[in-house]
Amino acid sequence: MSQVTVLRQRDISQDKTDDVKYSFYKKLSEAKTDLPPTTIETLQINITKLCNQTCLHCHVDASPKRKEQMDLESVNRCLEILATNESIKNLDITGGAPELNPHFDFLVTEARKLNKHVMVRHNLTVTLDGNPVTGESKEYLPEFYAENQVEVISSLPYYQEYFTDKQRGKGVFEKSIESILMLNEKGFGIEGSELILNFVYNPVGAFLPASQQSLETDFKRELDKKYGIKFNNLFVITNMPINRFKQQLKRLGAYDEYMVKLVNAFNPTAAKSVMCRSLISVSHDGKVYDCDFNQMLDMDVVAGGEPMTIFNFDYNKLVNREIMFGSHCFGCTAGSGSSCGGTTT
Amino acid sequence: MGYYDSKDLKRFGEVGKFSKELMEKFFDYYNSAIGEDGALTKREKALIALAVSHVKQCPYCIDSYTTQCLETGADPEQMTEAIHVAASLEAGITLIHGIQMHNALEKNGAL
Repeated sequence: MSQVTVLRQRDISQDKTDDVKYSFYKKLSEAKTDLPPTTIETLQINITKLCNQTCLHCHVDASPKRKEQMDLESVNRCLEILATNESIKNLDITGGAPELNPHFDFLVTEARKLNKHVMVRHNLTVTLDGNPVTGESKEYLPEFYAENQVEVISSLPYYQEYFTDKQRGKGVFEKSIESILMLNEKGFGIEGSELILNFVYNPVGAFLPASQQSLETDFKRELDKKYGIKFNNLFVITNMPINRFKQQLKRLGAYDEYMVKLVNAFNPTAAKSVMCRSLISVSHDGKVYDCDFNQMLDMDVVAGGEPMTIFNFDYNKLVNREIMFGSHCFGCTAGSGSSCGGTTT
Repeated sequence: MGYYDSKDLKRFGEVGKFSKELMEKFFDYYNSAIGEDGALTKREKALIALAVSHVKQCPYCIDSYTTQCLETGADPEQMTEAIHVAASLEAGITLIHGIQMHNALEKNGAL
């Protein structure tokens, strides 16, 4: 059995035990906080689990060995949903490396024709690595993103090689720098340009992140000084205690300590701004979830008494659904909060 | 397990068992001095604390301030430099006492 297969196995009964031990519902009740959906302004689609990297903390368990891909029928259905629901302003495309889905370019260009704001969770290295299965080059991506005015959001765990390669694999930092410079060359992250390049920081280990503001200052100073790199914002994200990262915590004997830290750092103000209140997440096979983390934990959304998919998508039912919570949700409500767009307070 | 148990760090408050008020005053002072941004950032304070922890060779403090350094955005390179500062100070402190030795040699007519 490969390392990736072992990493992918999840102990569901243990997850349930942990949800009871670290009950998010209980915490909400103690804090007299209710978190119903407010709207749906972002459609986040996970279009593939295939990735050119195998990162240590990846909650998707993505890798070059994964085969899951959203098919064209589902891509078209997502575009229909975007076209018919005006309140959904944003399309957030993630993976895996989303560019490795064969319908990725089509999805981006069609969504832009609908005047939707398109964000891509771009891992940087895919531009240079290409498709690990077919060998197809992806060097056109910076130009493609510029033409379509895509907001590029890229993981960069640190402004130095050590932490970055430790989390994302040997050689990733060097390739990431090369890829960022290609994006800068097209105008991404450059002052006065409308092309947005944001980075994502998440801790390389079993600890909570530092403040977004101080890290952003460090990243901007150091990356500019060493490489002449420019970018717009740094989003600081807390590592979610699920899948690979949870297994790492368990191996280190640090899971309970990490959870206690998250629970003790519960911030009701951060809780009120959790992303699941204004976003829904779609899996490669068209199922609908409250967020990408719930998707990875198979916590299917049931709205109006039926499991929700893109094929029976009903905005009103979804906006009136009950969001499903688990112990991992403490990751989004600790300290300054955490979301796909960084801190929430 | 060695003589120290890392779990004991969480029991720090128990030291106030027979003198609660003094312990509370200590924690107030401690948290104000180390746990908040001031003229120094929390990260700078954590790096100083890490260096002191090594000089005083306190395993509780080393565990605690390694995490605190990471959670305030420091990296292993900065942390290692901090303990080199501590180590070089310790070496310097040892060596400057050589003057004391020279004074003693002089008194003994040996210098």
